Amino acid sequence: MGTLEIKNIRCGYDGQNIIDGFSLDFRDTTLNCLLGPSGCGKTTVLRAIAGFEPIQAGEIILDGKVISSKGMTVPPEWRGIGMVFQDYALFPHLSVADNVSFGLRRSGRKEKRKVAEQMLELVGLEGYPDRYPHGLSGGQQQRVAVARALAPHPPLILMDEPFSNLDVELRERLVLDIREVLRQRQTTTLFVTHDQEEAFMLGEHVGVMNNDGCIMQWDLPYNLYHEPSSRFVADFVGQGRLIEGILADYDSVSTSLGILKGNRAYEWPKDTRVDVLLRPDDVLLNVKGGVDCLVTDRHFKGAQIMYTLRTPCGDELLSLVPSHLDIDTGQKVRVGIDAEHLVIFRR
Amino acid sequence: MRVSVWKIATITLAAVVVFPLLVVFSGWMQTENLVWEHLAETVLGELLTNTAWLLLGVGMLVTALGVSLAWLTAMCEFPGSRIFDWGLMLPLAVPAYVMAFVALGVMDFTGPVQSVLRDVLGDGGYWFPEVRSTGGVIVVMSLALYPYVYMLSRASFLTQGNSMIEAARALGMPAWMAFFRVSIPTARPAIVAGLSLALMETLADFGTVAIFNYDTFTTAIYKTWFGLFNLQAASQLASFLLVLVVIALMVERQLRSDAKYYETARRGCIFRYQLSGWRRWAATMFAGLVLMIAFIAPVIQLGLWAWEVMEQDLNSRYWGLLWHTLVLGGMAAILTVTGAMILAFTRRYHADVVVESSVGIATLGYALPGSVLAVGVMLTFTSIDNFMNTLATIVGHEVSGPILTGTILALIIAYMVRFLAVAYAPIDSGLGRIHNSLAEAARGLGASAVVTMLRIYMPLLRPGLFTAGLLVLVDVMKEMPATMLLRPFGWDTLAVRIYEMTSEGEWERAALPAMTLILVGLVPVVILVRRSARY
Repeated sequence: MGTLEIKNIRCGYDGQNIIDGFSLDFRDTTLNCLLGPSGCGKTTVLRAIAGFEPIQAGEIILDGKVISSKGMTVPPEWRGIGMVFQDYALFPHLSVADNVSFGLRRSGRKEKRKVAEQMLELVGLEGYPDRYPHGLSGGQQQRVAVARALAPHPPLILMDEPFSNLDVELRERLVLDIREVLRQRQTTTLFVTHDQEEAFMLGEHVGVMNNDGCIMQWDLPYNLYHEPSSRFVADFVGQGRLIEGILADYDSVSTSLGILKGNRAYEWPKDTRVDVLLRPDDVLLNVKGGVDCLVTDRHFKGAQIMYTLRTPCGDELLSLVPSHLDIDTGQKVRVGIDAEHLVIFRR
Repeated sequence: MRVSVWKIATITLAAVVVFPLLVVFSGWMQTENLVWEHLAETVLGELLTNTAWLLLGVGMLVTALGVSLAWLTAMCEFPGSRIFDWGLMLPLAVPAYVMAFVALGVMDFTGPVQSVLRDVLGDGGYWFPEVRSTGGVIVVMSLALYPYVYMLSRASFLTQGNSMIEAARALGMPAWMAFFRVSIPTARPAIVAGLSLALMETLADFGTVAIFNYDTFTTAIYKTWFGLFNLQAASQLASFLLVLVVIALMVERQLRSDAKYYETARRGCIFRYQLSGWRRWAATMFAGLVLMIAFIAPVIQLGLWAWEVMEQDLNSRYWGLLWHTLVLGGMAAILTVTGAMILAFTRRYHADVVVESSVGIATLGYALPGSVLAVGVMLTFTSIDNFMNTLATIVGHEVSGPILTGTILALIIAYMVRFLAVAYAPIDSGLGRIHNSLAEAARGLGASAVVTMLRIYMPLLRPGLFTAGLLVLVDVMKEMPATMLLRPFGWDTLAVRIYEMTSEGEWERAALPAMTLILVGLVPVVILVRRSARY
């Protein structure tokens, strides 16, 4: 397993900084993910780590060795970092086996073939070594790309939007398979994506980047969803609405839906004006003693229905409930809140 | 089943292309073979070895020049690289036979270069390579034909994008090595496709080898036809040439279809090597030298010669030649573009297996040497004439002698067969950009098929039709062998004039028509350059 430290790097072209003051540090974790909106600079970070972009400030340190700093960039071919490209970048003139063993340049022919076959078996492509990339489906090409990056035993693997070119069904299976492969090999991986579902499926640790290219929160997927540390993360990860409230006690907030009590103490004084984050799964319908709300919209999703509701004082709420609870728009429904992780932001 | 008019027209076009080819082989079915036996004994061996050396030499030289120049301009940064990027395509405007006579005029014993050497060093005081030699033909032809390899491999280098080189580097391979192990192999189908185009042109060439007195099949066909007046032996020679062309053609078509597997998504701006130190200037020198020898110097020399003879040669005879050339080119362009439009429309809207293969056959013509085509068309028209004469006699008319043979029609048909593919490509790609829904919308708004054609397709296709017509016009103006063999009496063109003057060694007097052809030829090259521009 590799350790990677990125200290305050700056990079960009023609005087425009794409990334400025970016830091990241992980060790002994296998699956790491950078999640951010398109154009936030996450690919630039990846390319800087791989050595394709020079940095103008800061340092990148892999396993204790500085590989990039101001004015010094170790060439990509000396870094030994594996990379999986968004378009796979398989070599069209080489067979699948030759693609996979491309990085093993010191081994003999037999050795190369053996490793290629092992790697292909690992990614579930036994029997394909003599095919050519153009004869493979998108998912198979992706598997070959992963096998090729893994074959030289890199301390670190980088993946750029690895599943974005695949359709949803295929993607789910592939993500699970590849997660298994990476765990089994104990290879430290950093991948970037703009798709939160993908990040949650593959990432054990996920960093959410904002539009300025800074990591807002580095955390477990569960915590990103239930304990976002900022409004940006709350908004970017998952759905939900903020409603107004006033801090009634060290652990409870008074809102138009009554007093909501969480599982922690807040640092702000009583009577502080705050916003409360309510996720669709926090909002329950047909609750005894709840508050009457108006159903303004409904979105049928098959197993569940997402309702949009309006509270008596005009706040909007989302509620996701099993779809046998069928309510028409324009009707009233009793709404209750069940939020153990009560997330609030100071106004 | 309703048989569509479109389909019949398409099949007819395919037949018009393929029939003269089949006729070429019919020469073998006749029993009297005296001339052929004589030819086989005396010249056939020499023709085959000459052709083999020519193909080998031109093949190696165009590949070396084309790939190295394409890599330099597409992947490297050096002084002038952005100008060379398009400048190196300019030699496409210079027909090989023009390059040939300029080279001879400048380098031959009586030419300016050797005259200066003699003045300085005295007779026999210097060594000079023989220009009229196998090496001379190969160099001249390669300088005229390398742009095919250059353009196709340049496009391939540009579309490869960065990610493949980056993937190789991430796997531990230095950048310069990645070029040989990844970039070149990926560009291989494009390189070989360009190479086979250049070799087809080499096989088809008549003008250059005629000027150099280097005997190949094309000159042998000409001599057998006009010297021995034996069309049958000419067709037997033509069939040999045809077999060689078909091999080159099959290689090219196969690699074209392979090439699409090698295409990758184009991403962002391409990584360019920053050449430094002496390498920068070596690159500039190399590219500059090629551009100088292949384009700038010949054009300057032609300009000087043309200026010398301007007063005497810019007369009514020149205007007559130009007029004939333009009339032939214009008529051929109209006929060819019409034919190509029929092919493109049928393939898109009435496609089935028959149509697909008919279009495939009808667009084979670009590979056919003009001399082979001329033999085929001539034989076909002769037999049609014989048939019609027989018919007329039966009916009781006293008509005899040629009806179609020796008319302008034979020549125009030959041009159409040769250049259908040239016109087809821009029309087909133009049609590809018109979505079906546009026509459907027009029909939905009550427009008939004819109105849809006139008000939707024609205006949208206009740029494609214009390009197609222009390309055919320019190609016809430069065409030499078919014109030489098929032209009716009094229909000399600029290319024919160049042949006549150069075969007598009067280089200066060939300069004015040659200059005209280059200027006209620059128009499609400029269009090509603008289309392939990447900045």
